[in-house]
Amino acid sequence: MSDLITKSAADLAGAISTGNVSAVEVAQAHLDRISAVDDRVHAFLHVDAEGALAAAKAVDAKRAAGETLGPLAGVPLGLKDVMCMQGIPTTCGSKMLEGWRPPYDATVTKRLKDAGVVILGKTNMDEFAMGSSTEHSAYGPTRNPWDLERIPGGSGGGSSACLAAYEAPLAIGTDTGGSIRQPAAVTGTVGVKPTYGAVSRYGLIALASSLDQAGPCARTVLDTALLHSVIAGHDPHDSTSLTDAVPNVVAAAGTRDLSGMRIGVVKELGGEGYQAGVRQRFDEAVTVLTQLGAEIVEVSCPHFDYALAAYYLILPSECSSNLAKFDGMRYGLRAGDDGESSVEQVMARTRAAGFGEEVTRRIILGTYALSAGYYDAFYGSAQKIRTLIQRDFNDAFAKVDVLVSPTAPTTAFKLGEKLDDPLAMYLNDIATIPANLAGTPGMSLPIGLAPEDNLPVGMQIMAPARADERLYAVGGALEAALLAQWGAPLLSQAVSL
Amino acid sequence: MASPEITPADVAHLARLARIDIPTDRLAYYAGQLEVILGSVAKVSEVAGDDVPATSHPQPLTNVFREDEPGQSLTAEQALSGAPSVEDSRFRVPRILDEEA
Repeated sequence: MSDLITKSAADLAGAISTGNVSAVEVAQAHLDRISAVDDRVHAFLHVDAEGALAAAKAVDAKRAAGETLGPLAGVPLGLKDVMCMQGIPTTCGSKMLEGWRPPYDATVTKRLKDAGVVILGKTNMDEFAMGSSTEHSAYGPTRNPWDLERIPGGSGGGSSACLAAYEAPLAIGTDTGGSIRQPAAVTGTVGVKPTYGAVSRYGLIALASSLDQAGPCARTVLDTALLHSVIAGHDPHDSTSLTDAVPNVVAAAGTRDLSGMRIGVVKELGGEGYQAGVRQRFDEAVTVLTQLGAEIVEVSCPHFDYALAAYYLILPSECSSNLAKFDGMRYGLRAGDDGESSVEQVMARTRAAGFGEEVTRRIILGTYALSAGYYDAFYGSAQKIRTLIQRDFNDAFAKVDVLVSPTAPTTAFKLGEKLDDPLAMYLNDIATIPANLAGTPGMSLPIGLAPEDNLPVGMQIMAPARADERLYAVGGALEAALLAQWGAPLLSQAVSL
Repeated sequence: MASPEITPADVAHLARLARIDIPTDRLAYYAGQLEVILGSVAKVSEVAGDDVPATSHPQPLTNVFREDEPGQSLTAEQALSGAPSVEDSRFRVPRILDEEA
């Protein structure tokens, strides 16, 4: 195992820019690692070795020519398969898009390429980002590097697992209800869902347009901040893209003292239904925050108890509409076109053949929630809950600077354990969903191993909309304090592959 | 709100609206799951009164216009590159007329 693969993105970028190592060597080390372990982890759906080495070579050529390199130039990355990448298979984890090669780059993809980031390939995910375990991928599940019999979280399980398995130091995720933060929590990695609109959704295959947000994933808070800076910022191609300047998240990640910071512990997130070891590590991390100078107060957000219910009406409603475009006419799968059947029959056969069970379930649920006679009681009420949750956040942030909770109620569960029980699966997102409904940013970072199963536990930090830098300030300080306590990064305790 | 009862016939109707050809022997399976899920989300109607406005989007949205200037777009070849069937530089689709109602 090459030393290069355990290094942080910041260290790799530094070594590449000073010429201590070439970007090609770094890319090759990660490609070799993928070859060695990904048959067991299955973090990648497609590896673009040729493209990665060409991108790395271009970075080395720039350096040789004396050009200044960007802060992540030459650093390898796993791109979630929900993001379009020109000419590279993009499936969104679905048979519906098997073999599809987008004719254009998503804005995120383009910004990564422009920054000299080396895209190693496309990472596995639950089909159309619907799930919390990656078991709903049409191409088979990804496995958690801590224990290959367990889930890596979802929907971005490929992105979280490639970090934990040292296949890449950086990855892109998308978070509609927790798909960046929950995978980070259960793999002992860091993931950030920025403020809604902070990162362009252009070329991100939509699940629920009012909830979807792309964000950075890495093994350290600083690396997520560096990646955040590369992908965030206004994009005229996305009408919901914020026009704000990108906050200085990299500087914030260097915070080591939290004096004067007021931190709220959310009463409704962390009690009943949360694993004992998760609660224990969370309480200990809150104590560390106090030692760093923060003032801790308990905050009540009473409508968070209704967030999951509202989410599972709003999300299916939006996705049933968004996924109507997969009809077998212009791209992707077409099934049952026998020359005799009507377009409507071919659409119905195509969608039956192309969509997996969870996608079908959510489309049917959304179609129901939006149908006449039920619209007000279900979708209308859910939208009112959304207002109440935003008010809860506003009230809380009038008293405190950030909120904290456990990211997920349990550590990584066993593959197959919740596959036949959609409701149990949905409960994984109970602590992460409120931020999506309100459009506020959230981070998950590792805070230790649960004593009962020795698996990673994550803390979620939530900030007001457009105050993403607070996540990095609190996360950076907590990470440094925990590292001093542990003596080595948490991931060094993962069973080696 | 009482949680609604979902029958296999309901699922068949919804599947037709959503243009998904769900096999008949799977209708009862989905009906059972939908009933459980809807039963658990029905509590959304318990808290919000008439005085609470609905929120459809996390940020206040305004219409966004761009300058009406010619720009680069996909070529016909690029746009058709992922099509299941192409004829004369166009998407070829199954018959759309004479459909059953």
